[in-house]
Amino acid sequence: MPLVRLVNVTKRFNGITAIRNLDLEIGDGEYLCVLGPTGSGKTTLLRLITGVIKPDEGEIYFDGKLVNGVPPQERNTAYVPQDYALFPHLTVMGNVSFGPASRELSKEEAYGISTRMLEMTKLAWRAASFPNELSGGMQQRLALARGLASGASLLLLDEPLGALDARLRVELRYKLKGLVKEKGFTAIHVTHDQEEAMVVGDRIAVLRHGQIQQASIPFTIYNEPGSIFVANFVGGANFLEGFIVERSQHGSWVQLRNGFTIRIIETGYSTGERVVLAIREETTRIVKNPRTKEKINFFVGTVESASFLGNCTEYTILLENGDTVKSKVPISLRTRGISIGDRVYVHLQPENIRTYLYPATGLYKELEAV
Amino acid sequence: MPSVRLVNVSKRYGEITAVEHADLQIEDKEYVCIIGPSGCGKTTLIKCIAGIIEPSEGEVYINNKLMKNVPIQDRGVGYVFQEIALFPHMNVYENVSYGPIVKGWDVSRIRSLVEEMLNMMALRERIYDRPDVLSEGAKQKASIARALVSGSLLLLLDEPLGSLDAKVRTMLRHELKRMVKDLNLTAIHVTHDQEEAMAIADKIVVMNAGRIVEIGTPLELYLRPKRLFTMNFVGEANFIVSEIVKRMNHRTKVRKNAAVFYSSERVDFEEKKVVAAIRPEFVLMKKPIEGKMSWSGRIETMVFMGSTVRYEVRTEDGELIVVKRPFVSGAYEWNVGSHINLEFPPESVLLYPYPEAGLEKEISIE
Repeated sequence: MPLVRLVNVTKRFNGITAIRNLDLEIGDGEYLCVLGPTGSGKTTLLRLITGVIKPDEGEIYFDGKLVNGVPPQERNTAYVPQDYALFPHLTVMGNVSFGPASRELSKEEAYGISTRMLEMTKLAWRAASFPNELSGGMQQRLALARGLASGASLLLLDEPLGALDARLRVELRYKLKGLVKEKGFTAIHVTHDQEEAMVVGDRIAVLRHGQIQQASIPFTIYNEPGSIFVANFVGGANFLEGFIVERSQHGSWVQLRNGFTIRIIETGYSTGERVVLAIREETTRIVKNPRTKEKINFFVGTVESASFLGNCTEYTILLENGDTVKSKVPISLRTRGISIGDRVYVHLQPENIRTYLYPATGLYKELEAV
Repeated sequence: MPSVRLVNVSKRYGEITAVEHADLQIEDKEYVCIIGPSGCGKTTLIKCIAGIIEPSEGEVYINNKLMKNVPIQDRGVGYVFQEIALFPHMNVYENVSYGPIVKGWDVSRIRSLVEEMLNMMALRERIYDRPDVLSEGAKQKASIARALVSGSLLLLLDEPLGSLDAKVRTMLRHELKRMVKDLNLTAIHVTHDQEEAMAIADKIVVMNAGRIVEIGTPLELYLRPKRLFTMNFVGEANFIVSEIVKRMNHRTKVRKNAAVFYSSERVDFEEKKVVAAIRPEFVLMKKPIEGKMSWSGRIETMVFMGSTVRYEVRTEDGELIVVKRPFVSGAYEWNVGSHINLEFPPESVLLYPYPEAGLEKEISIE
């Protein structure tokens, strides 16, 4: 059963390190999403697992067995490339049965497996069509059906929904995960789309510059991002710069720009430390009049823009100290009469603030999505 | 000042009709997005405006001037393609200043204009870099800057963010809109990404199968779309085939199997068979109360999406209803297996006559 383990894997191309000392383990039946920007090494990682390329250093194990020297065709993996690579001269059925037919199966068995996969992907009615007669969504399902029918138990998906329209991508990601889970496959799915990763992944590994920044369940990645990069890349946030000026039992105080101070929960960072605070846009509350008597972490600002995003509205607020924050208000709460130019209070609750040490290379560098 | 008007524009390729009878009015300084699934005709339409394609029928007016046989370079438009088309042997500055230099503009004017544009695009530090060392986002910013310095007041953008990562796309779309507004431009932007359109457009044009289906503001199209296709294309929705049981002054009573709910819409059509549509974020889930008549179900799946949680609820009569709730409290309200009652606030329930072609065909996004 496919338990995939990578130990201290490094891969270089012409002196450029694409994957650097990477350790990763994927459990049997797990759906792992590898999430990262373009150039982070996602596709290289998949190709290392397929065996198409070999690591310069480190080991790759399948189910406890070292596979560094095992050629791709003997690794029992199904690779679904981003452009699907369907056989244009074969019908839908021809494409799907190619794998089963090349194994030592009888014609009937190969046909049976292929038919089942086509039924699962709702393509049975197009069995006689050629790939170029199918819509983009159908081609995607065909590539998947071919992978599922190949007999492999490890599915490697390289941006499987990347070539589709945004709306269709949303529709198909639920179906994709359902299919993979139903058949008990182990899947590694590479994507740059953080929302897609959250939805399909049992676990997400965030990749940057060939290294894993954090690997965890979506809930933890989102609520406890291990770095500024992860907080920004997965979900985004408001980032405020400051210095720890006071520590007490109730938490610490951070001085922001132009003398503003904000309370955070106790972090262990010492007084004088330069820090970056991250606050999710949906926990950045805006109110016209704060009702509570305790006015901790209320800041006055002016609404600069409002952008309707469908299920929420995103407001940009310029605070009096010169910092800009964004606030996302779910549409179900309806807008409470807040318009551009209004003076509002922004409420940042201490328990919703994550604190990071100011990065050595500067904040801007960490917020670049590369 | 650029306004654009299309009158009955059609484009045919032999048997295939790419665009059919398109009428569209775009005002000066408006940011318009054209959205629709692959193959709906949106790119053909913007190419008709640019003059890259001559329509088979109908007229294109820019500033009230008929554009028949006017070539692209004489239409006063800036055009940005999805594929980044920078000159690989030139640095950012040379790429952006290429057009003005060819046109023979004054050198000092070019310099100040290009520098201003690169400042606005936050590319100042990259002006001596060649495209191959730039990130994808920076390259596309340079392409946009190049289109902007042409001095055109009408900007045509064909999937300008399409080749970029999801994260870079959301960062750039804000900058794009700000630039267009700061420079008082009129923009027509084609995209397959409905969320991108929502975030930047003043007005959205929805296309499907060669036709303009609906035109409206993002808010109108999201909350009160006139067509079922739009309801599905601009965001996830539940579609419940049901039956009108009573028409009242301020609301309509609807039944699905044993479940009864209300819509605050007044229907002006005769048909009894309707499609009730409601967005997942407006559906409420409550604890079942003994004896209270309600549509009950069991949570089948639950997905954490960051700021929201998406639930799929299987009702007792077999319907699948999607519900999305904000996630802000730090803990889940419900779990897989929870038995709940569904509630539909009447103001969020939209009613449409059951489509002739069938529901599935009407809302198909492929």
